[in-house]
Amino acid sequence: MTGLYLAYTYAVARPTDGLHRVATTLSGVAGARAHLVEPTDAGEVVAVVSPVPAADFDEAALRHHLEELTWLEEIARAHHHVIEEIAAHTTVLPLRLATVYLDDDRVRAVLDARHDAFRERLSQLAGRLEWGVKLYIDTPAAPLTAPPQDLGPGRAYLHHRRAEQDLRQAGYQAAQTAAERIDAAARLHAIDRVRHRVQQGELAPGPGTNVTNDAYLVETEHADAFHAAVVRSTDDLPGVRVDITGPWAPYSFATPHQDEESAP
Amino acid sequence: MTASDRLPTNPGAPLPQRQVALIDLLDRLLGSGVVLNGDIVLSIADIDLVRISLRALIMSISEQHPAPWTTGAAQPRALP
Repeated sequence: MTGLYLAYTYAVARPTDGLHRVATTLSGVAGARAHLVEPTDAGEVVAVVSPVPAADFDEAALRHHLEELTWLEEIARAHHHVIEEIAAHTTVLPLRLATVYLDDDRVRAVLDARHDAFRERLSQLAGRLEWGVKLYIDTPAAPLTAPPQDLGPGRAYLHHRRAEQDLRQAGYQAAQTAAERIDAAARLHAIDRVRHRVQQGELAPGPGTNVTNDAYLVETEHADAFHAAVVRSTDDLPGVRVDITGPWAPYSFATPHQDEESAP
Repeated sequence: MTASDRLPTNPGAPLPQRQVALIDLLDRLLGSGVVLNGDIVLSIADIDLVRISLRALIMSISEQHPAPWTTGAAQPRALP
């Protein structure tokens, strides 16, 4: 793999019996089969890699391609597919999208250099999965109360605006209550939390306004209890909705602190 | 309303095959994950640029109704 192909790297994982076979059945980004790269002195971590054409994944091409939503989605889903399949067999540290090395030897060098840190984080994440919890406030419907007949157009407008604001304020208060209930559930059942940006725009699934977009790290045996508590968090709260996604491989928790991510 | 209809029936089960929302995936693939300085990989600053321009691409930016707890970039926070 020199020149024409680069080493697209998906994850660092804890090796298990049969993981090699699992990896080589997976079709990665750009369609090629994945494989495992081991450290020089076989250790307790491996990398999951597949060859990708340099023409599409060198720096200039990558920068260009990542702006194309169709290309990005294809790569993101292929990356995710590999992560999910590996995560079904062992603990993984997912790498950020489009982590590309010149060849397998360069990947091996990274495993050699960071073996202990990877091993430590893998052991911390064993038996734990990520759940996404998003709170939404329903878009206020038109206020039900018609303005009094005797208001002029200006005051009628203000009346309308005030009624809208009241509804929105009620929605935020309900969401605050739901968020506190989720916090309580997380203190009982979750190990860590990462807050993602709230989702907006065309890709954001509606309806309503997303006000929290959090990821929780949960022990497998606490998953049912956490899930049930989060589902209940919006009980008797009109105008607010919770959406749970997962379980995910621990994408949001692959590094303990963002500060440490810049290490080579 | 409580949770959506997309809830897995057995939350403790191994990761099922399912179509996830692209935006949830991008939150995780661009906003988190181990960042290694690969040979070809864009630098972290570049990834942030990609993220920003992507968001410009996919978002109709609306600051009209900012959320009360918007926190910007993903920030790990230990639970109390």
